[in-house]
Amino acid sequence: MTAVRGALHAVRSAPGPSMAAAVIVGLFLYALVVPLFAADPFRLSGMSIMDSFTPPVWMEGGNPRFPLGADDQGRNLLTAMAYGLRTSIIVGVSSVLIGLVLGGALGLLSGFVGGRTDAVIMRIADVQLAYPALLLAMVIDGIATAVYGRERSAGLAITIVIFAIGIALWVQFARTIRSSVMVERDHDYVAAALVTGRSKIAIVLQHILPNVMAPVLVIATINLGIAIITEATLSFLGIGIPLTHPSLGALIRNGNAYLQSGEWWISAWPCLVLVLLVIAVNVLGDHLRDHFNPKLRGRS
Amino acid sequence: MILHAVERVLQTILVLLVISFVAFMLIATLGDPLGVLLPPDATMAERNALIARLSLDQPLMQRFLSFLGGIVQGDFGLSYRTQEEVGGMILERLPATAELAIASLVITILIAIPAGILCGVRPKALVSRVIMFVSIAGITLPNFVVGILLIAVFSVQLGWLPSFGRGQTVSIGGLETGLLTWSGWRAIILPAITLAAFQMTFVIRMLRTQLMEVGQSEHIRFARARGLSEARIWFVYAIRNALLPTVTMLGLQLGNIIAFSVVTESVFAWPGLGSLFLQSVQAADIPVIAIYLIFVGAVYMLINLAVELSYPLIDPRLKRRGA
Repeated sequence: MTAVRGALHAVRSAPGPSMAAAVIVGLFLYALVVPLFAADPFRLSGMSIMDSFTPPVWMEGGNPRFPLGADDQGRNLLTAMAYGLRTSIIVGVSSVLIGLVLGGALGLLSGFVGGRTDAVIMRIADVQLAYPALLLAMVIDGIATAVYGRERSAGLAITIVIFAIGIALWVQFARTIRSSVMVERDHDYVAAALVTGRSKIAIVLQHILPNVMAPVLVIATINLGIAIITEATLSFLGIGIPLTHPSLGALIRNGNAYLQSGEWWISAWPCLVLVLLVIAVNVLGDHLRDHFNPKLRGRS
Repeated sequence: MILHAVERVLQTILVLLVISFVAFMLIATLGDPLGVLLPPDATMAERNALIARLSLDQPLMQRFLSFLGGIVQGDFGLSYRTQEEVGGMILERLPATAELAIASLVITILIAIPAGILCGVRPKALVSRVIMFVSIAGITLPNFVVGILLIAVFSVQLGWLPSFGRGQTVSIGGLETGLLTWSGWRAIILPAITLAAFQMTFVIRMLRTQLMEVGQSEHIRFARARGLSEARIWFVYAIRNALLPTVTMLGLQLGNIIAFSVVTESVFAWPGLGSLFLQSVQAADIPVIAIYLIFVGAVYMLINLAVELSYPLIDPRLKRRGA
């Protein structure tokens, strides 16, 4: 876990990334703490049509109960966004973990075994590279609709979205881990472990894996940004997570319909939160990349 | 040189065959074409005719071959959602998407290439720093947020441009185009900028990095020592070396650009291929999804093949090495 400790140190020593880390921690707290105290604004019993289109508190007609205003259904945007952000974070983190495990396993296999196994896995990766994560996730969701039908529970829909994004992300993990493993494979410590009679699986998992963690951490952070944007885009397009379930993308989609009539706050706040989160994650990812690979410093 | 080209063409064909097979397996294993496509009161004869039309009575490999044969002849199968020919649906939507793609490419070339050159030649100038700062937005902002932002400013606040649709279209030889009417021109501006935002940022940053690197190299210093004008050094000698990696990287981003076109078309209610794909995903219309997959794969592979095969034209060193 030296990679994690090195990353933490790298973040603390620079002002931009530590600000980004602070923003991420703040948003995580907002998403995890607010739902503990506020009722789910997406539950029908908590809504009141009387409160719909309440503007933010500093504008005329504002109500202190709705600091950031309310949407067309009278949902409090401050709490609705916390619930939406929680979905974004859960989906983003879980799908990156799935991409990491899937890509990690295939990358280790490809790099350590080599030969025909490597060729097959890498050709599949090449073909998949023609399709970006967003497009693949959409296709996988369409296939899931064909298998499970239109009417499916919110829980199943979220699981499908997590897997759709996770599967779409595996290639980069696999390629990175494969190239790192190929470098590590020829080191003396691997030969030494082989001589002492350790099994190949043990060598890969216990000796090689810890040494390739640094680039994986960088890819994971950068992909977290991609996963969050992908989830928000899917929800915005009305695919995947049902509109009755809170998500930032769905809030923006909903608010977009009222942009023309001047109710800007319904879509502006969720946009702002989403952009803040994505920028913070990207700044952190860029910084970690530069920290672990000084050669890349200054490149776009 | 020619051998290499032939090898790359064969590789591309092989990959396209694999993609087609995956797409075919989606159609073959998912959904119930007879249940969806036949009216409830269909006769046995109609049923048999459809089975023969979709060649459902044949073994799997035979069906794959007739699927491939159909694609080559322009028969892409039937949509489960509209019961129309998929080929016709795509052809009807293609002009709108092509117009959007071309418009965004023109915007990219007109704005991003001069801006990228400026940032690469004068990296410390105030203008360059401003351009680089703004370009961070193009990379980090999700595509739909860019679209919403543009609508909020230019259609809602200022009321200058329409926020949805294609405007009035004119039919030329059976193809609808919006580029011949005033309202069509006004309608395409915002979606084209939204789609171009990502490409522009990408080109600016790539060109800048490349030019800054090329600027350090021997032949540029030598050109300067010979007393050539700065303009000639940058625009004749340096740009050649910088353009190749930029075009290559942009080609590899093509998949992303196609995905963003789906989002952009949805934000601006643009009646193109992207919105067709979106409707098909929502309705689980597997035949259209599968054909779209093949289409995107083919466009990606062919354009990247063309980029790679045109290397010797841009960079003469490769021609000499290959010959």
